[in-house]
Amino acid sequence: MLTLTSVEASYGRVKALRGVSLHVEAGEIVTLIGANGAGKSTILKTISGLVHAEAGSIKFDGQEISGWSAGRIVSAGLCQVPEGRQLFGTLSTRDNLLLGAYPRRSRTSKAAIAADLEEQFERFPLLSERSQQQAASLSGGEQQMLALARGLMSGPRMLLLDEPSLGLAPKIVRQFFQTVVSLRDEGLTVLLVEQNARAALQIADRGYVLETGRIVLEGTAQELLENPEVQRAYLGRGYKEVWE
Amino acid sequence: MDNSAFWDEHNETMPREELLQLQLERLQVVLNRAMRDIAFYRERFADIESVPDGVKSLEDLAQLPLTSREDLREGYPYGFFAVPLREVVRIDTGPGLSRAPTVCAYTRNDLKHWAQLAARVLTAAGVTADSVVQIPFEAGMFEAAYGFVEGARLIGASVVSVPGGDYRKQARLMHDYRSTVLVGLPSDALRLADELERMDLGPRGLWLAVALLGGEPWSEQTRSEIEERLRVETLDHFGVRIAASPGVAFECPAKAGLHINEDHFLAEIVDPETGEALPPGAEGELVLTTLSKEALPVIRHRTGDLCSMNVEPCECGRTFARISRPSLRADHRIVVRGVSIQPEAIAQALASMPGGPPQYQVVVGEHAPDDVQIRIAVPSQAAQAGLHRIEQAREKIERELAALLSMQIRVSMVEPSSLGEAAGEMQPVLDLRVQPSADS
Repeated sequence: MLTLTSVEASYGRVKALRGVSLHVEAGEIVTLIGANGAGKSTILKTISGLVHAEAGSIKFDGQEISGWSAGRIVSAGLCQVPEGRQLFGTLSTRDNLLLGAYPRRSRTSKAAIAADLEEQFERFPLLSERSQQQAASLSGGEQQMLALARGLMSGPRMLLLDEPSLGLAPKIVRQFFQTVVSLRDEGLTVLLVEQNARAALQIADRGYVLETGRIVLEGTAQELLENPEVQRAYLGRGYKEVWE
Repeated sequence: MDNSAFWDEHNETMPREELLQLQLERLQVVLNRAMRDIAFYRERFADIESVPDGVKSLEDLAQLPLTSREDLREGYPYGFFAVPLREVVRIDTGPGLSRAPTVCAYTRNDLKHWAQLAARVLTAAGVTADSVVQIPFEAGMFEAAYGFVEGARLIGASVVSVPGGDYRKQARLMHDYRSTVLVGLPSDALRLADELERMDLGPRGLWLAVALLGGEPWSEQTRSEIEERLRVETLDHFGVRIAASPGVAFECPAKAGLHINEDHFLAEIVDPETGEALPPGAEGELVLTTLSKEALPVIRHRTGDLCSMNVEPCECGRTFARISRPSLRADHRIVVRGVSIQPEAIAQALASMPGGPPQYQVVVGEHAPDDVQIRIAVPSQAAQAGLHRIEQAREKIERELAALLSMQIRVSMVEPSSLGEAAGEMQPVLDLRVQPSADS
């Protein structure tokens, strides 16, 4: 569904991606893991058109999308839920959700958007209870749910999730990831960037490990969970147990 | 036979476009890791600006130098390991005479992949959970047998593993256990046929349906003979020790070439002299890059095997490209019973003969694919001078070669004129298993 071939990107003179190739099949949850600054978020931003791809190709459903505007990419069905939620804090939960439908306002009836809004309130009852509250007044977990629900309002076929577990309590992280799994079961495709490698690999089908802008490992989630290098570097299982 | 039997249908029938993308992703990972973790490749590629970031497509791989057998020898024993030893769970050493034999190393994931690849080979040959698979363990084929046992375990087949060499016992077990599949060497199959006939056990009294054979070249003629005498379907498979053996390539029921497991190995055909890439259909040396090996990845490894590649779709539904059945070697090695023999090793052993290095010819495959005979020319006047001495020398050479090559080799003394007198040109190695293909 999504295919990146030798994609390169830079921030000024700093090369952030040095030829990244990866793919996500329809109905898969694929995770990108790696240390801070490895380029994980840059990959998502390059896909969603927020960072310019200097070289390589990005194909969504067989169509080359590198060079497209961010808005056009969302309209094509690819939606990024940004790191740190980036909600409109002074707006209500409800208005934040309605803004999520903004990219498809021209081709969707108001009634359909209203129906989708109800669907999100059903999926996330807490958001329904807080529909009139300012987004800034929600808890971290609720804000993350709102950011996800807002993304869903754009009617995507594929979600790009950037560090959704950041700053959330472990229990909330589990809930959030369960929601991601049920969205996948309903037919959504997910590319998930995470520092919480264990949680991500537990729900993912496959994964890629990124290091200084290059992919240094790929495999099924199970293979990566069992890989000693991943365990050492990203799952917090050092050598300790060997001589214990 | 069921043409639709796949072990991993998703990957084995993946559209080629997706397969090529997967290969590129894995190739870039291999290069990134090799540059990070393997000193040999870091040095080898130090002057090549395009590594690793410049390899943007599969075609770009052709810019990199080949890795030869000698290179690998230089790294003996641990020089090519890409992971710390604590992550290595199995180390195999290729047979052979050199002081630096080929090292094969596996992580846990490597062993899992290997078993999966063996399961593909077995499934394509018709092995199911209902099969009784007889696998002889031979000296030169020990790893292959291990790989097949693991693959058969995944499938859930019943494995009868028997020590190699004792064909009487193998024949008896084949009959009594009602083995349905034989996995082994072509020469094993012929010896078993001999033994079964001698014991009056076959082929009517057997349940054997398939013989999955490899480890040494075998001609179409040998194939027909085995199929007829054992009343079985035969399938070929191909392994490369440092990559996977078994598991690099395998025949499907269409028997129109061997499918390369292209999601795990990137295959190229190059001109053995110049190293230049050759187009599909042209015969050249098979060069492999491992795409999933963690412990010991190799980049553009020269296998020494000569074959051609076919990327046309196969009637079986697999999208993996096919290679022709490799028979000749670019390095003129002789492959017998899973062991590759350097002709120079034989020359060295013969050099110590009284009276200096003789004229000789190695004849392979006269009676069976593993039949190696060395014909040594003895001038007639010398023969008359001392028949007894010649017989002593013959026995001594036979003993020495057996120790050196860990296999039985027949040595016979012949008239000089009988060594390819025809054109006055004597071929040092005459491999009768290799039939020139129809189009060459």
